[in-house]
Amino acid sequence: MTIAPSHFTTVVLFAIFASTVFGITQRSTPKAMVRYGAYCFALFLAAVIVASWVMYFIRH
Amino acid sequence: MMAQKADTAKRAVDSKASRLGYMALIAGWLVPGAGHLLLKRWGRGLLILASISCMFVLGMMMGARLYAPNTADLLDMLGFLGDLGGGLLYMVGHALGLGQAPVQVVTADYGAKFVVVAGLLNLISAVDAHSIAIGRKP
Repeated sequence: MTIAPSHFTTVVLFAIFASTVFGITQRSTPKAMVRYGAYCFALFLAAVIVASWVMYFIRH
Repeated sequence: MMAQKADTAKRAVDSKASRLGYMALIAGWLVPGAGHLLLKRWGRGLLILASISCMFVLGMMMGARLYAPNTADLLDMLGFLGDLGGGLLYMVGHALGLGQAPVQVVTADYGAKFVVVAGLLNLISAVDAHSIAIGRKP
């Protein structure tokens, strides 16, 4: 079985899994883990959106 | 006499923690989250297991290529090291002959990155389990 998600879906999936592991491994308390995981997730998405617009303006 | 006894007891505890640390490290590398589960950190272990396994499986479903041991290209060698971080997931996938087809679509390239990153995240998790076992992290 194969799947072909869109670029954005792929990025969201990547961000969810990577942020979960970062949150668990980089912080000690459950509250700090959740906050750091959410922070990483937001940064992943923000970086992708900014990079996408930069590439758009380079192209046009 | 008391000090000697306390010293012996401390050394025994340190030795046990060190052994448990290496067991958690190896178990965590072989099976994602197993190091944390071994240390009875159930929530953390299950979340790591779910995240890394899903990442690996989704990567394979996207048509990822699994890197084999090689001495050809530096990026291929690094890709192999990243894949190897997945432990048994990579070994079983490689033994079953998965990920041998050449990359032809862009999603397959994303998939290859998913698999490499899943391996690297698994290594971070295994080291984290080791840190918990030896008392460096609560």
